[in-house]
Amino acid sequence: MGSRSRSFYILAAFFGLFVLFLYGPIITIGILSFQGPQGGLTFPMNGVSLHWFRNLFEEQAVGDIWGSFRRSFALGLMVMVTTVVVSVLGGLAFRKRFRGATMLFYLTIASLVIPSILISLGVGLIFNQLGFPVHWSSSGFGSQLTWTIPFGLLIMFAVFNRFDKSYEEAARDLGATPWQTFAHVVLPIIAPSLLGVALFGFTLSYDEFARTLLTAGSYNTLPLEIFGMTTNVTTPVIFALGTLTTLFSLVVIGIFFLTVWLASRRKDRSSDAGKGMV
Amino acid sequence: MSRQITAWLQAAPMALVMVGFLVAPIVMIVIVSFWGATEYSIYPAFQFDNYQFLFGSPVTYAVFLNTFKYAAITWALTLLIGFTVAYFLAFEVRTLKWQIALFLLCTIPFWTSNIIRMISWIPFLGRNGLANSTLISWGVIDEPLEWLLFSDFSVILAFVHLYTLFMVVPIFNSMMRIDRALIEAARDNGASAAQTLRHVIIPLCKPGIMIGTIFVTTLVMGDFITVRFMSGSQRANVGRLISNDISLLQYPSASATAVVLLCTVLIVIALLLRLVDIRKEL
Repeated sequence: MGSRSRSFYILAAFFGLFVLFLYGPIITIGILSFQGPQGGLTFPMNGVSLHWFRNLFEEQAVGDIWGSFRRSFALGLMVMVTTVVVSVLGGLAFRKRFRGATMLFYLTIASLVIPSILISLGVGLIFNQLGFPVHWSSSGFGSQLTWTIPFGLLIMFAVFNRFDKSYEEAARDLGATPWQTFAHVVLPIIAPSLLGVALFGFTLSYDEFARTLLTAGSYNTLPLEIFGMTTNVTTPVIFALGTLTTLFSLVVIGIFFLTVWLASRRKDRSSDAGKGMV
Repeated sequence: MSRQITAWLQAAPMALVMVGFLVAPIVMIVIVSFWGATEYSIYPAFQFDNYQFLFGSPVTYAVFLNTFKYAAITWALTLLIGFTVAYFLAFEVRTLKWQIALFLLCTIPFWTSNIIRMISWIPFLGRNGLANSTLISWGVIDEPLEWLLFSDFSVILAFVHLYTLFMVVPIFNSMMRIDRALIEAARDNGASAAQTLRHVIIPLCKPGIMIGTIFVTTLVMGDFITVRFMSGSQRANVGRLISNDISLLQYPSASATAVVLLCTVLIVIALLLRLVDIRKEL
């Protein structure tokens, strides 16, 4: 390690400011959610209390927060599992260069860049015209998949572009069936990336707003509930909710990284497979 | 041939989702954009009234112009910040471990709620917020600044806050693929740091910059919630035009606006895509 140039310190300072810009506001509302019972939406702090957190747990206080949390959680899990399965299958399909692959690829990319409100509006219209009720678990679920699957597929592309085909060939030469090759060779190698797909699937669904707006029906998901609160709640209770749901997201992200870390450690310890290759 | 069929079967679920929840909704929107509406219902028709009204109204042009303005300013700012951050991570941070750690630090907010991240600006920018009270206590200003919250400023601030990540990730990805020998070669041939940046690094980062550009411009152009929330409903973009019609149950009119927005976004992407092949960059 030589001495750092001046540009390093300037850029490091810039980076520090950027991180502060990213996290500053959310830390602020974290602090403000501990406002005293008389406190308002901005500083100064009017005492310190858990009043607003307690308020969240009181039924009559504000909307159906816990119901919407349960729905968002269930929907997040549904979207997560579906995204992982569909993305892996899609990733495998794209390795084989099938007819229509380019078309499907562009469709998936289009899904990523198309304004969310179009999906929301279109799906809502279709369900209305067909006479199906919109519901978070049907129309909402499908709409969210158009946002999570493209990320899943892009991750799978990145994974398979770096995938060493000789592992599969070796398995095949040793007499493994395609299914055995997939289950015992391919899947274990790509497993950590699948956790990444799962993380995208869950968190993007859990926080999705625009695509769920017209497709969730009469039972709100959490982001919709929170947005509803912004128009009629003027107490720090909304900060308390924001703090809690952000903490929840952070815990989910933390669990994900912990799992990846533990898995990589276990792999290092338990097997010397592949060591000879390096 | 059986390989083809396996591939098709594997691709089928993805194709189904895309056809059912992407293609079909867009087709539906195009169809409904020709329908008519009463105050409380819509009826099938084939008329151009919605488009006529849309293109006949000066509001439309002003709103589209505003949308482009938001997209352009946000693009410039996110590019500048995103490039600098990515450059720091890729070239100034020396160990892979720290690169990954700091990169993750930048990406974690992406996995949290956008709505909460918008709400969290209120105590900062409000009339009695942190920014104003700090500036007053420093003696920079005498009265609270009114334009901090519920203005173009706060809208763009929120866009930059939410979307800079979409620049950082692809540009960082491009930078990490640059062969370090090229940079050394440039230096050995007497290029200054600025020359290396301009003639070596920036050209090689172009794909990343383009991908980031596509993300940021389309996200900003399609947005309605950030503009509504951060401007306190005082500013408009195309997305808000659509969502206003929706809240008035004027679905055909909303659909017509949506079709025009979609075409605009697709034209912008087509122009950008001519400059880079995304698939090669993953």
